[in-house]
Amino acid sequence: MKKNIFVYCEITEDGHVADVSLELCSKGYKLAKELKVKLEAIVIGANLNHIAAELAPFGVDTIYLADDSRLFPYLNLPHSSIVSKLISEYEADIVLFGATSIGRDLAPRVASALRCGLTADCTSLEIGDHYVKKTDTTYKNLLYQIRPAFGGNIVATIINPDMHPQMATVREGVMKKETVRPKKNMAVVAIDVDKYVSETDFVVSIIHRQIEAPKVNIKGAQIIVAGGYGVGSKENFGLLYQLADALSGEVGASRAAVDAGFSSHERQIGQTGVTVRPKLYIACGISGAVQHRAGMDQSAQIISINTDPNAPISHIADYNIVGTVEEVLPKMIKYFYQNSK
Amino acid sequence: MSFRILVLAKQVPDTRNVGKDAMKSDGTVNRGALPAIFNPEDLNALEFALRVKDQRENAEILIITMGPPRAAEIIREGIYRGADSGVLITDRKFAGSDTLATSYALSLAIKKLAPFDLVIAGRQAIDGDTAQVGPQAAEKVGIPQITYAEEFMGFHGDKIQVKRRLEHGVEILESACPVLITVNSSAAPCRMRNAKRLMKYKYAKTEIELQELNEDYLQMFESRPYLKLKQWSVDDLKADVSLLGLSGSPTKVKAIQNVVFTQKESMTMGASDAEINKLMKSLISSHILG
Repeated sequence: MKKNIFVYCEITEDGHVADVSLELCSKGYKLAKELKVKLEAIVIGANLNHIAAELAPFGVDTIYLADDSRLFPYLNLPHSSIVSKLISEYEADIVLFGATSIGRDLAPRVASALRCGLTADCTSLEIGDHYVKKTDTTYKNLLYQIRPAFGGNIVATIINPDMHPQMATVREGVMKKETVRPKKNMAVVAIDVDKYVSETDFVVSIIHRQIEAPKVNIKGAQIIVAGGYGVGSKENFGLLYQLADALSGEVGASRAAVDAGFSSHERQIGQTGVTVRPKLYIACGISGAVQHRAGMDQSAQIISINTDPNAPISHIADYNIVGTVEEVLPKMIKYFYQNSK
Repeated sequence: MSFRILVLAKQVPDTRNVGKDAMKSDGTVNRGALPAIFNPEDLNALEFALRVKDQRENAEILIITMGPPRAAEIIREGIYRGADSGVLITDRKFAGSDTLATSYALSLAIKKLAPFDLVIAGRQAIDGDTAQVGPQAAEKVGIPQITYAEEFMGFHGDKIQVKRRLEHGVEILESACPVLITVNSSAAPCRMRNAKRLMKYKYAKTEIELQELNEDYLQMFESRPYLKLKQWSVDDLKADVSLLGLSGSPTKVKAIQNVVFTQKESMTMGASDAEINKLMKSLISSHILG
């Protein structure tokens, strides 16, 4: 049994390994070290000669490279055929995917083909044991897949005791990207693509693509003014933009605010949105469900503006301003300008 | 022959409107306190199906829903909005199924309704947000998948064209049928109930629901067979019980924690001019702002 850790590495539009995949390699490296196993990467695409050099600083032991002009842009069937077969062939024990539009399309198909478990949008991954009293058996070194669940009122630890591999998806920004000393004997295995895909894998074809650069960059913002359902209306969200403009920040939103139509989906912060770590996070009318906090609780400073001083967010905020968005935000803008002259 | 469209729809607790009594004192979820609704993206999926039906002669739409007996509400709601009929998959043996076991059960129902041309589902359900059941069902049925669909672009010969919304842009994919499509919330919202259909189908019932009715009503079902909704159990699906419920679910919940807050040292303040002024001053002097 090899029991290694695999990371599916996504290729971006400009031909590089996606950040989320590098973050997962960093996490995979640590897990592999703890389990004393190897870290292996699967890279599927076209013109991948430079990829080994990109992955080396992340401590990868083996790269399986499927390089073929038909494999970029991503298509579900050929990629899932290759990934499923590689996982079986090399007996992976843990497989990690980015929770991106590609990862969330690919991972469930692979999990179904291999009849194994898959946990979506994990916010933490750990190694631990599991004891079953009934049979008096201890499962050693399982992957704890930790994620908020059910309206954010609980945090669940999910395990797959019997049916391996153990698979999980993780959103971008959740794990930290950290380089390590490259492995001296990193192996690059170019696979014979025709052995892994068949003609029928190309039954779905792309007839048109339009790539749009992301319009907002909340991930990189140092200051974020985020609004929740408590902001009350799309009009009131305008105040958030005014404050963000004044502070040179970006506007974010909770899921409730997105669902209510106050803000667009690309601004959503939290477990099913973006994870951010800004210098300052101003939460306006956000109650602070655990899914939201999962995406922002590592902010250096948090200010909460809420009419309820006991809202869950108050427990992680550095400053709790008790008041409405309409009264507080204009004052913040006014006194920011007055004091920053 | 008709063009058969299967729509997978789920009844979910409305987690978007979680009230104070949503959690019991022991930390478990009080499902009874949450209203049960038609999963929002499954309504987008139904509209997608209806738009295909608008264009395609002889198209029929069947709703497949899996859940407790009251999930029959989903089929009626779908029929009021334009679906032709539906099947409720219900059995206590399904309890505890994770996404893999659920997709196995759904795949059996899909195959039992063959020949079909399209399977359409919402991208994800709001009670789990996993977006796994669609692709897993496609794999089990052995058909390709198109996820994140936003718009039905029409047919090109026998092939369907679908616009999908991704993080980095849009794509139009073309696929032979049958194919499974999962639909995003950014797709067209579902049309309203049709008053005539509501009148015609409001007494549509599954077998379980029929048992609760009195004799007077039962006669009505003899003369109007379209009011009988299909209901399938594990036996009807000839399912392998070991692949269902807890035993068929590779993922287990090891632990559930109530959310415990690590209390930070925090300052609670009012919204007066003086207090906000002081706060902004201190943020600027500590170089957090400016």
